[in-house]
Amino acid sequence: MKIAVCVKEVPDAGAERRIDPGTMRLDRSGDRALNAYDLNAVEEALSLKEAAGDGEVVLISMGKEKALDSMRKALAMGADRAVLVTDEAAAGSDLVATSHVLSKVIAKEEADLVLFGQQAADSAGAVLWAAVADRLQMPVVSQISELEVAGGKITARRQTENGYDRIEAPLPAVLAVADSLNEPRYPSLKGIMAAKKKPQDVLSLADVGADAGSAGSAGSRTTVKALADPPSSGDTIMIEDEGGSSAEKILEFLVERKFV
Amino acid sequence: MLSYAFTEEQEDLRQMVREFAQSEVVPLIEEAEAEEKFPVQLIPMLGELGLLGIVFPEEYGGIGLDKITECIFVEEMAKVSAGMTASVNAHADLAAFPIYKFGTEEQKSKYLPPSIAGEIIGAYAITEPNTGSDAAGLASRAEKKNGGYVINGRKNFITNGTICDYCLVAAYTDKENRGEGISVFIVDRDTPGFEVTRKLQKMGHRASDTAELVFENCEVGEETLLGGEEGAFGALMEALITGRVSHGVKSAAIAEAAFEEALKYAKEREAFGRPLSKFQAIRFKLADMATRIEAAKALAYKAAWLYSTGQPCVKEASMAKYFSAEVADYVTREAVQIHGGYGYINEYPVERYYRDAKLASITEGTSEIQQLIIGRELGL
Ligand SMILES: Cc1cc2nc3c(=O)[nH]c(=O)nc-3n(C[C@H](O)[C@H](O)[C@H](O)COP(=O)(O)OP(=O)(O)OC[C@H]3O[C@@H](n4cnc5c(N)ncnc54)[C@H](O)[C@@H]3O)c2cc1C
Repeated sequence: MKIAVCVKEVPDAGAERRIDPGTMRLDRSGDRALNAYDLNAVEEALSLKEAAGDGEVVLISMGKEKALDSMRKALAMGADRAVLVTDEAAAGSDLVATSHVLSKVIAKEEADLVLFGQQAADSAGAVLWAAVADRLQMPVVSQISELEVAGGKITARRQTENGYDRIEAPLPAVLAVADSLNEPRYPSLKGIMAAKKKPQDVLSLADVGADAGSAGSAGSRTTVKALADPPSSGDTIMIEDEGGSSAEKILEFLVERKFV
Repeated sequence: MLSYAFTEEQEDLRQMVREFAQSEVVPLIEEAEAEEKFPVQLIPMLGELGLLGIVFPEEYGGIGLDKITECIFVEEMAKVSAGMTASVNAHADLAAFPIYKFGTEEQKSKYLPPSIAGEIIGAYAITEPNTGSDAAGLASRAEKKNGGYVINGRKNFITNGTICDYCLVAAYTDKENRGEGISVFIVDRDTPGFEVTRKLQKMGHRASDTAELVFENCEVGEETLLGGEEGAFGALMEALITGRVSHGVKSAAIAEAAFEEALKYAKEREAFGRPLSKFQAIRFKLADMATRIEAAKALAYKAAWLYSTGQPCVKEASMAKYFSAEVADYVTREAVQIHGGYGYINEYPVERYYRDAKLASITEGTSEIQQLIIGRELGL
C-alpha cells in the first residue's frame, strides 16, 4: 500500500503569529517546524504501513526549499521519502491554488491513501483536504478519530459535535485525521541519522505537470481586502497567576460582585 | 580550522530531546523530586529512542556516534532534570561504558545490548563510607575462593544503587599493593550477599536514587572480573574522563536553566515602579551569568571534541567539570537572588536548580581533585 501524507511547514508553535499588512499574507519569518497536526497523519501512515508489513509512506508538500528541513522530522519518524514542490510561481497560493498543485503530485504518485492533518497551525483553514479530494474525485472523510484499513476499503469514526459517524469508503480515499487519533512517535536517533539519506525530490510546477496559471497568486480565488483585530468582547479582566494566587483573585472578584 | 557548528543531525537530535524532555520528562519531575525516586520507566523510553546507546557501536544496539552528540542529549536532559540525568549518566557513562571499553566479548554481549535498550540498569561503586577522593584507600576486599572471589565491603553514595540490575564494584584483590591491587567486578543485583542497606536523602538531585550498599561474603565467578585481575582500576579511572566531560555539559545546562528563569523573572517582576531588568545591578548579574555559561559550554564542548577526535583530554575534561561546577554554583545562586523571596520557595524551579548545582563540585571527583589533576597535567 502506498500512502501519501500531505504536510506543511509552519512557523514554530512558540512564535507569535502576525499578518504582514504590506502583502496581506501571513508573516512566515522566524523559526519553522512541521505542522503539529500533520504529525498525527504521519504517525497513522507509519502504523498502517507497519501493520500491513509493507508499503511506502511518501511525504508531499508545497513550500520553500527550506521546508525540507522541517520535513526531515517526518522522515526521521520513518516516512520513506519526500516530495517538495517549490517554485517562485507558487508563492501566494490560496487553498484553491494549493489543492491544484498537491493533487497533481498525488495523482502522479498513484497513492492508495492520502492523509492530511486536520488543519494547518498557521492558517487553520481545515478545508484543503476537501479541495484535493474534489480535484481527484476521491471520497473524503474528515475528523477521523479511529481508522481501519482492510479489504480495499477504510472504516473510519468521524468525530462530530454531537457524537460520531461511522463511515466506510473505498480506496483510494482522502482522509483528514483528528489529533485525537494517535500519539505521534518521537523520531529515534537512528531515524534521525537515516533521514538525510532518504530520497528527497525538489520539483518545480512544470515537473509535476501543474499549470502556473492555476498556482500561486494567479491561480488563487481569494484576496484579502482588509485586516482588523478581532472585536473586543468587552471589559475582560486578565488575572495573571503569581505563585498560585489566581484562584483567590477570581474568588475575590466574584465575591465583590456578589456572584458568590 | 575552527568550527562551532553542530551537524544537521545533531540539531535534529537536540530538537527531538527537547520535545521529549518537555512532554515526557517534565511531567515526571514533581513526583520524582517529592518522593526522591528516579522514575525507572524513563530508561526503556530513552532506550527505544536510541539515547542510551549514542556512543556504542551498532553491533551492541548502539548508534555509533561521538561524545559531542552524547553531550547534546545530556545537555537537553539536564536542562529539565539534573537528578534524572545523573541516573542516566551513571548507567550509560559509568556502568555500561567501562564494560564496552574493558569487558570481554562475553561480558559485552551479556550487558551491553540490554543496557542500551534500557531493559537493565547499571551502577558503579567505588566510594565507601571512609573513602571517596582517595579511591586507592578503599577497604573492600575480594578473596579468591573455588576459582571465583568472595567480596566483602561497604559502598556509599551509589547512584542507581536501589534500582540497578548490575553494579561495577571496586575491591582489593591484592591489599599489599596500594592502588594497583584493585580489581573491578560486575556484580548482578541478585547475587547472594549483595544488599542495599539504605537509600540516602539528599539536598538536591532528588530525582536520582543514591544508596548505601553492603557486600557480605558475596561470591562471584571469575567471569565477573572486568579488565582482568588488578588490571581494571586504572582503566576504570580512565573511563571517568568521559563522565567528567558529561559533567561539564550537565552543570552548564543546570546553570542555563536557572539563567532562563531569572531572565524571564527579571522582565516580569516590578520593583520601585519598573521591571527588575531595568536596574543596572540586575542587568550586570544577568550579563555575567550569560557570559559564564557561554564560557562553560565552550570549554565542555571543546573537551567533548577532543574526546571525540581521540585526542588526549585529561586536563580539559577536568577543567570542564571544575569550571562548569563553579559556574552552576554561581549562576543558580544569582538566579535565586534575582527571584528574591520567591527564589527561596519551591514553587519556582530556581530553588531546585540551586540545590542540584551543589553536587557538581562534589561527585565523580570533587573540584579540589579536579584542580589536583589539572595541576598534575601542568607538570606540577
Ligand atoms: C549524590 C551523589 C551521588 C554519587 N554517586 C556515586 C556513584 O554512583 N558511585 C561512586 O562510586 N561514588 C558516588 N558518589 C561519591 C562521590 O564521588 C564522592 O562523594 C566524592 O568522590 C568525594 O568523596 P568523599 O565524599 O569521600 O569526600 P572526601 O574525599 O572525604 O573529601 C572531603 C573534602 O576534602 C577534599 N579533599 C580530599 N582529598 C583532598 C586532597 N588531596 N587535596 C585537597 N582536598 C582534598 C575534597 O575535595 C572535599 O572537599 C556520589 C556522591 C553523591 C553525593
